[in-house]
Amino acid sequence: MSESAADRLNAMLERIPYARFLGVRAELAGDEMTLVMPFAERLIGNVNLRALHGGVVGAFMEMAAVAQLSVSVGLARQARPIDVTVEYLRSGRPTTSFARAEIKRVGRRVANVHVEAWQEARGKPIASLHGHFQLKPAEPTAS
Amino acid sequence: MSDAPLPPRDLPVRMIDGSPLGCALGFETVRMEHATATLTAPYKPEMVGDPDTGVIAGGVVTALLDHASGQAVFAALGQPASIATLDLRIDYMRAAEPGAAIFAHAHCYKLTHSIGFVRAVAYEHDESDPVATAQATFMLITTEPSIAPGDPATGAGQ
Repeated sequence: MSESAADRLNAMLERIPYARFLGVRAELAGDEMTLVMPFAERLIGNVNLRALHGGVVGAFMEMAAVAQLSVSVGLARQARPIDVTVEYLRSGRPTTSFARAEIKRVGRRVANVHVEAWQEARGKPIASLHGHFQLKPAEPTAS
Repeated sequence: MSDAPLPPRDLPVRMIDGSPLGCALGFETVRMEHATATLTAPYKPEMVGDPDTGVIAGGVVTALLDHASGQAVFAALGQPASIATLDLRIDYMRAAEPGAAIFAHAHCYKLTHSIGFVRAVAYEHDESDPVATAQATFMLITTEPSIAPGDPATGAGQ
């Protein structure tokens, strides 16, 4: 059932210390995942602007790509970023953020993924990411 | 490696104090010279992205490179300012060494009146053996209240 897939995904995120630092959790609708990052003060980049740190928004979308890959492709280990390009469209307000990843292509070793992050409105994204991720396909030897 | 001259600490330290994320992750400015900035982050357990290997998350490197790049813009400007990242491209060459502090060296190689162009590299010991490299563009924000309508940027300050 999809519920256990969501549990597995959140258990995976729970094991990643940096995912805990960011405070992210995953919601699943079928095989489509939305990563949720509630606001926390430590995510602010500059107290004068009260905007989310650009690196936090980038990391959040990177994590969405990695998590979506683990949902869609059976991986023994987390996919690792090879390169990512982040475009910042609006400043990240001190509120909950969402991210959804779309896998454009999965090869044997590399996947191409696009991610979009938004806050109040899906149609007003705060940032987008596209990148390549290295895949480690499931192997029986993996612990 | 670290026999660098002492940095003019005031400006960068003030900037990191003004950054809750920089404080939470322990970012520290090592050096700030004309149009360049070098930052370091200690290895911290909460930065780990792969619990099986202890390697820090790519996102930590992302944040450090973004932060160092922003400081390089301040260095080029000669003063802190409000800036926004327009885009950031990162190439991850290899996994960072577990347990090692990481450095980011950024150079703002071009500054127009509204845009800063920056290249940066992240490494543990030697800049010629990078963990990741970055290319970033920043917009300088004027003091007009244009960012968040209805929610003016009232700085909490310190």
